[in-house]
Amino acid sequence: MTETAVAETDAGLSLKELARRNGLSASGRLPSLPDYTRQLWAYRHFIRAHASAKMTSALGNTKLGAVWQVLTPIINAAVYYVIFGLVLGGHEETPNFIAYLCIGVFVFQFTQTVVQTGTNAITGNLGLIRALHFPRASLPLSASLVEIRNFVVALFVLMGIVLITGEPITAEWLIVLPVLVMQSFFNVGLGLFMARYGSKVRDVKQLIPFIMRFWLYGSAVLYPVTKFEDLLGGWQLQVVEANPLLVYIELMRHALLQDATLANSPTVLWIEAFVWTVLVSIGGFVYFWRGEKGYGRG
Amino acid sequence: MADNERIPTVIADEAHIIYKVHQAGGGSSSPLASFKRLATRSKNSNIREVHAVKGVSFVAYKGEAIGLIGTNGSGKSTLLRAVAGLLPVSRGAIYAAGQPSLLGVNAALMNELPGDRNVELGCLAMGMSPAEVRAKKDEIIEFSGINDKGDFSTLPMRTYSSGMSARLRFSIAAAKQHDVLLIDEALATGDAKFRKRSEARVRELRAQAGTVFLVSHSEQSIRDTCERCIWLEAGTIRADGPTDEVMKEYEAFARR
Repeated sequence: MTETAVAETDAGLSLKELARRNGLSASGRLPSLPDYTRQLWAYRHFIRAHASAKMTSALGNTKLGAVWQVLTPIINAAVYYVIFGLVLGGHEETPNFIAYLCIGVFVFQFTQTVVQTGTNAITGNLGLIRALHFPRASLPLSASLVEIRNFVVALFVLMGIVLITGEPITAEWLIVLPVLVMQSFFNVGLGLFMARYGSKVRDVKQLIPFIMRFWLYGSAVLYPVTKFEDLLGGWQLQVVEANPLLVYIELMRHALLQDATLANSPTVLWIEAFVWTVLVSIGGFVYFWRGEKGYGRG
Repeated sequence: MADNERIPTVIADEAHIIYKVHQAGGGSSSPLASFKRLATRSKNSNIREVHAVKGVSFVAYKGEAIGLIGTNGSGKSTLLRAVAGLLPVSRGAIYAAGQPSLLGVNAALMNELPGDRNVELGCLAMGMSPAEVRAKKDEIIEFSGINDKGDFSTLPMRTYSSGMSARLRFSIAAAKQHDVLLIDEALATGDAKFRKRSEARVRELRAQAGTVFLVSHSEQSIRDTCERCIWLEAGTIRADGPTDEVMKEYEAFARR
């Protein structure tokens, strides 16, 4: 049988020793972080193709097709306009509440969808993972890429809404770009984190809707951020206002609205946004990489 | 080493592979039963462990073609996936030269997309550059023969017959060069005409590859291609040796 045959041909060398002498590597060994990053870069075309393939196949059955990419954010804004603009009649203390609200909703939903699709990125593609060999981070990355593209379209719709509600175009609108880049990196890191976590603990998928709703109320999306100052003080206020989504939303409002009352001075917001971006994007990537060889089991 | 001419390419050292399967509806699924299970810390009946490969050891050398035989569910495909590095090994180890590639017909493709987009996506997923993909795309579609009955390559894959999509998948997978090639039942794809074409392609791939593993239930294709055979039964090796001898034993076992 095998072991006796091996012992004969290789004069009693242990299999491990034999493998080492011939320079064979254990399949399923974790590549180093720089190697992994390089592999991922080599797969950038796959990531892009996978993202656009998913977009096409998601809308392939609908009559309007790609029009939905623009229509979805418009309808989204219309719902909030009807409820908060017409039915409830806005907030007196907040100027241009509809634009204020829409910015919050759009920016929040960008991260929300990335969390949702990121959680499914590994568990929903087990067939592909078990059939082919590629850096697994390609999947959550392509999922995030889809949402980044959707958000860029949504941003143009958002700018249209802001203009219609009577805001002027100023040089401050350029701030949108760095905020977009920072939030995208933040989301990619969060998506990677959720992809590994969701593949390990499947129960988390059931909790995500509640966590996201809690996060929504903690990010001053549906009401002015000044509400927090009325209720909290000292360190509690600082903790609540360090919430990364609140920071990105506030920076977007700072960019697009003329006289929005911000949670903090823009300098503090920029520092917080930068720290969150670096922390979550690098942390999420490293966390995902550590689990690279376990995806596909179970 | 006693024999210097024989260069090992794949070494399995007491490899164990254990799957965890989450299954819906297994056992009692009422909230109360689940809660009781958590409170008493008993094992989750919804997660079952499948010990598919139990301590397998072998050495494969350069230039060998090895057939893997065994009854259904004996762990052949699982072992191949582990050699390819697609499934982690729970205990023991599998060593390989370079990156072994698995040639299967089950590469997941997107059913909503047309065949040619799937070819691009599949090739990129195997690590080809966009230039290579452009160069090979027509060749792959030509080889698969899906355009023989009209322009099917621009129609979504969900409109294909099962034979057609299996042929396209095989053609995509076979388009790449390999160091260690693992073939999983891929030769049984499609009609007689395509089977002849795909067997010729596999012989070509074998000539380029160092070592070939073949899983098949077709006795003929194992005898035709492999000089060595490993017989797996219930996750352990029953026999390993020249194809004729192992096949004789296996046939005696299968007839019982």
